[in-house]
Amino acid sequence: MLISVQQEDFDVAAVTRELCGNRKDLGAVVTFSGIVRDQSTDQNLIALELEHYPGMTEKALEDIAHSAMKRWDIVDLAITHRVGQLKPAENIVMVVVISAHRKEAFDACEFLMDYLKTQAPFWKKEITRQGEEWIEFKQSDQQAADRWK
Amino acid sequence: MANLLYFASLRETLDSDKEQLDLPDNISNISDLKNLLAERGGSWSAAFTSNTSLLVSVNQQMADDQATIQNSDEIAFFPPVTGG
Repeated sequence: MLISVQQEDFDVAAVTRELCGNRKDLGAVVTFSGIVRDQSTDQNLIALELEHYPGMTEKALEDIAHSAMKRWDIVDLAITHRVGQLKPAENIVMVVVISAHRKEAFDACEFLMDYLKTQAPFWKKEITRQGEEWIEFKQSDQQAADRWK
Repeated sequence: MANLLYFASLRETLDSDKEQLDLPDNISNISDLKNLLAERGGSWSAAFTSNTSLLVSVNQQMADDQATIQNSDEIAFFPPVTGG
């Protein structure tokens, strides 16, 4: 498992190559990338500020990753989440799941994102030309995570 | 001493990101600690009284009001998470 919380941008292809190595038993690679979207009222987002809880955030991501490895027949996975100030259209988060078959990889990838959004201590603040505002927790995100119970 | 941490909007509301606190003998769980912090008044009172969305972790594991605590614990309070 490759778990990383970092300020720097990530390269999905490079992480996927590292995860796959020289394995010959893989039939599926599923990747998800989340990017900074301008959801401010007047489309005037300058940046998103991503705050985290150093130490606990990494542990929470490892716990979520272990749950996915136990629940699905997948070979390996990677989670990278960026922190700090991120501009619109920049990468925020990446999940890569490799497995023999696609169904397990798709499901595990969705589970990882749903759980990450509700369990891992990250907080987003919008910085717009009008000022700064913390993004509110969405009940729909909780419902998405609850369907895996 | 217990290490207390505050994150995100809560950190800004309290104007504090961390502190060391010698837990009095009558403070044995998170609920007791919240009441103690609320007694500071002002924004502390608002943040720790009947704030149902406030989350807490003890030694970097999610916890609840009944979780027992002691000096040497790392206790963090924060709003619901919004990553991803």
